[in-house]
Amino acid sequence: MSEAIAYYPGCSGLGTSKEYDASTRAVCRTLGLDLVDIPDWSCCGSTPAHTKDHVLSAALSARNLQLVSGMGIASAATPCPSCLTNLRTANHRMEAPAMAEKVNKLLDAPYAGGVEAISVLQALVEKVGLDEIKAAVRTPLTGLKVACYYGCIMNRPPELMAFDDCENPMAMDNVLSAMGATVVPFPLKVECCGASYGIPRQDIVARLTGKLLDVAKSVGADMVAVACPLCQMNLDLRQGQVNRALGTNFRIPVPYFTQLMGVALNVADEELGFGQLCIDPRPVLNKALSGADAQAKGA
Amino acid sequence: MRIGVFICHCGSNIEGTVDTATVAKASLDFPEVVYATDTMYACSEPGQDGIIQAIKDKNLTGVVVASCTPRMHEPTFRRAVERAGLNRYMFEMANIREHVSWIGKDREANTNKSVDLVRIAIEKLRRDAPLSPSKFSINKRVMVIGGGVAGIQAALDCADGGLQVVLVERESSIGGKMAKLDKTFPTVDCSSCILGPKMVDVAQHENITLHAYSEVDAIGGYVGNFQVQVKKKATYVDWTLCTGCGACMEKCPSKKNPDRFNEKIGPCTSINIPFPQAIPKKAVIDPTTCRQFVKGKCGVCAKVCPTGAIKYDMADEIVTEDVGAIVAATGYDLFDISKVTEYGGGRYPDVITGLQYERLLSASGPTGGHIKRPSDGKEPKNVVFIQCVGSRDKSLDRPYCSGFCCMYTAKQAILTKDHIPDSQSYVFYMDIRSPGKMYDEFTRRAMEEYGARYIRGRVAMVYPKDGKMIVRGADTLAGTQVEVEADLVVLAAGAEAAVGAPKLAEKLRISYDKYGFFMESHPKLKPVETNTAGVYLAGSCQGPKDIPQSVGQGSAAAAKVLALFSKDMLESDPQISRVDIKRCVGCGKCIITCPFKAIKEVEFRGQKKAEVIETVCQGCGLCTSTCPQGAIQLSHFTDNQILAEVNALCQS
Repeated sequence: MSEAIAYYPGCSGLGTSKEYDASTRAVCRTLGLDLVDIPDWSCCGSTPAHTKDHVLSAALSARNLQLVSGMGIASAATPCPSCLTNLRTANHRMEAPAMAEKVNKLLDAPYAGGVEAISVLQALVEKVGLDEIKAAVRTPLTGLKVACYYGCIMNRPPELMAFDDCENPMAMDNVLSAMGATVVPFPLKVECCGASYGIPRQDIVARLTGKLLDVAKSVGADMVAVACPLCQMNLDLRQGQVNRALGTNFRIPVPYFTQLMGVALNVADEELGFGQLCIDPRPVLNKALSGADAQAKGA
Repeated sequence: MRIGVFICHCGSNIEGTVDTATVAKASLDFPEVVYATDTMYACSEPGQDGIIQAIKDKNLTGVVVASCTPRMHEPTFRRAVERAGLNRYMFEMANIREHVSWIGKDREANTNKSVDLVRIAIEKLRRDAPLSPSKFSINKRVMVIGGGVAGIQAALDCADGGLQVVLVERESSIGGKMAKLDKTFPTVDCSSCILGPKMVDVAQHENITLHAYSEVDAIGGYVGNFQVQVKKKATYVDWTLCTGCGACMEKCPSKKNPDRFNEKIGPCTSINIPFPQAIPKKAVIDPTTCRQFVKGKCGVCAKVCPTGAIKYDMADEIVTEDVGAIVAATGYDLFDISKVTEYGGGRYPDVITGLQYERLLSASGPTGGHIKRPSDGKEPKNVVFIQCVGSRDKSLDRPYCSGFCCMYTAKQAILTKDHIPDSQSYVFYMDIRSPGKMYDEFTRRAMEEYGARYIRGRVAMVYPKDGKMIVRGADTLAGTQVEVEADLVVLAAGAEAAVGAPKLAEKLRISYDKYGFFMESHPKLKPVETNTAGVYLAGSCQGPKDIPQSVGQGSAAAAKVLALFSKDMLESDPQISRVDIKRCVGCGKCIITCPFKAIKEVEFRGQKKAEVIETVCQGCGLCTSTCPQGAIQLSHFTDNQILAEVNALCQS
């Protein structure tokens, strides 16, 4: 069993991406990765805080890092790339003593640094390892063709995120390959989906997300696996809007990569929350898996 | 001793922040100084005449000039004092420009520091002794390393000048990168048609010995007397018997190996002659793919060879060549395009380098000169060229401009239209850099006569969709995003130092920059010399160059060698280490320390002693600081002199 990691679900983990949170917890538990909840954690400030004030934004994130530090744990994992950016940015900015002083003035307890923030994906790859993940597979995702979509900020800016290739990341590809899925080469894996423009400018999201879905379909993907709650929302919830705006007829399931891992690791269905998604991936999933099953039997 | 001190203004370079008159006046208080003055330009003719006149008028026996770095003008002033009848080593320089005036603005502090530096120089000068060089003979053979167009030119010019030339080439044929090109800018003449005759001249010249498929293993010696060990790599074909008929290539059953001459876009056989005009036109077996080596059985080439030239048991061979000078002309290699992950080079077959495109254009290339894209062999209609891939990009640690890519991209756009009249070329560029004779006219022709669409901006990403490559970038002139559906994407990969260049530089004992390019002696005034006597540079090993520049440097390096060899004897620098045999205890530490193998052990009245080989010693001084007895002293930089300098500094 590996070292304990503090777990920071982020606000969306309690709301729009409950299924990401639940499947992450279940998958990590199955793989023996000990996620420890942070008592009294608070919002990282998200986009509004860093747009308005860098000190405030750093303080909101640093408060959580300080709590982790108090738990005696060296690293914190979060499923949300946006939270991750804020946590890592806070660490980076507070390397400057003048900034650290300003931020610490806002905090009840000063944060002295030293807590590394990583994504759940990075934790799985680095703390558990591909070999162990592969060994834990019970129902291989054989026959399932998946496009891995990382979103634009998981690996960017590369100097800050310091994980995987920022233009052609492979971590999720490798994890889902280890699950037995056929990972199709998806050239737009780090393209922007339109992010929060879904609220003020739906046309932008329709165009950008439409392109993602179009290319995913053209490379033969059955579904698009994601690692970001906001990307998931744009690709899944807004797929109907995309279809109306572009005159297309997409119906591509967009599950979190942790949900697919859960299937392969035989996590109970009720912990994976597929019902929370707009387009239920289970019919496509079952068809692919049974097709492979039939083929295996036929051979 | 009667010392004269000259403080140079260097126009306003020094005088601007140093009060030279005050420095001169202060110098008069130092021991044995009988004359001191400031002077406008010490290095100019009137400046040098002033020094000579003062030596004669005041009977000076030593001179200090406070001016620029000794690397700039020490030889100038040494010659000046020699003309006035002094020994050239009775001279010292104080660097008050690079070390003072250029780096500080405080005039008073600068003036004080200059006085200190002059005082240090005076204390050293007071302990200088006249030195005289000894003469040694030279071997008037020259080695040229690298058989690209620069090396070929250097070899031919030296050979035409009557010198014996040894040309060493790593590949099995000379020709270098130029042999791979289809046409050349700005004249669009056929590359192999203009290079081919020169290659044949190399083969036929009675003064040139060619070691192809060979590499420099080790280099010993010094200017005039180098010993170079050349490793002739095993070709597994006896080249004295091979006639280059090509029967072996026809029958070789291992046909699907990546062809390095064709930049790996075509296959080749395990036994191979890289191209029809190869010099020498001899076959080489690649043991990593040959079935005889990999599986232990085949032997087809040995059966079909009409002259029985195949020798599977051949081994590498070392030959030693004695030469007096070496020209390094090892060229460049291409930036690895797979490092720019957003363009997908190495992942997508239809994203290729400019040099690969040359092979597609060339009649001797894998497609017979018909442009066919690698993925499906279809003729492309829309071709996108992306410039500056691995050039002018700090994020890739390649901040320099590769220089020739703007021109070859324009040429390739023109050739694309020639080959496929209904094609359309797009060129994404940052700036057009075409400062050569007829160069800018050429790039304009690509745009105006051949209709290439030039888009100023960077490409953000390239990805495949439905059999096309989607190229997305910015048009910074129109202020918009652009997407082009391309059939083929050609990346103008930048030039970088040739593989193994730093290693060779270390063997040659020359410097290289952080990118692996060899350092010239002076960026403007000594472009083909190095800081190691007898070693010269030509072509892209010093930095990216196009063909005219490379040929020019090849000739320039040859001229330097011919000038060096115009003398029968060379003078050795007397600033070398000498052993005080009475103090030497024969411990041998200096022998181990010397990086030039310039110290040997000798027997003296039954005792072991160290002895310096005069012509090999480079005067670095490592041995003097190693010797526990202080028995080795570096002439002109003795322990006493250095301690006197330190004392002078500490007293002030």
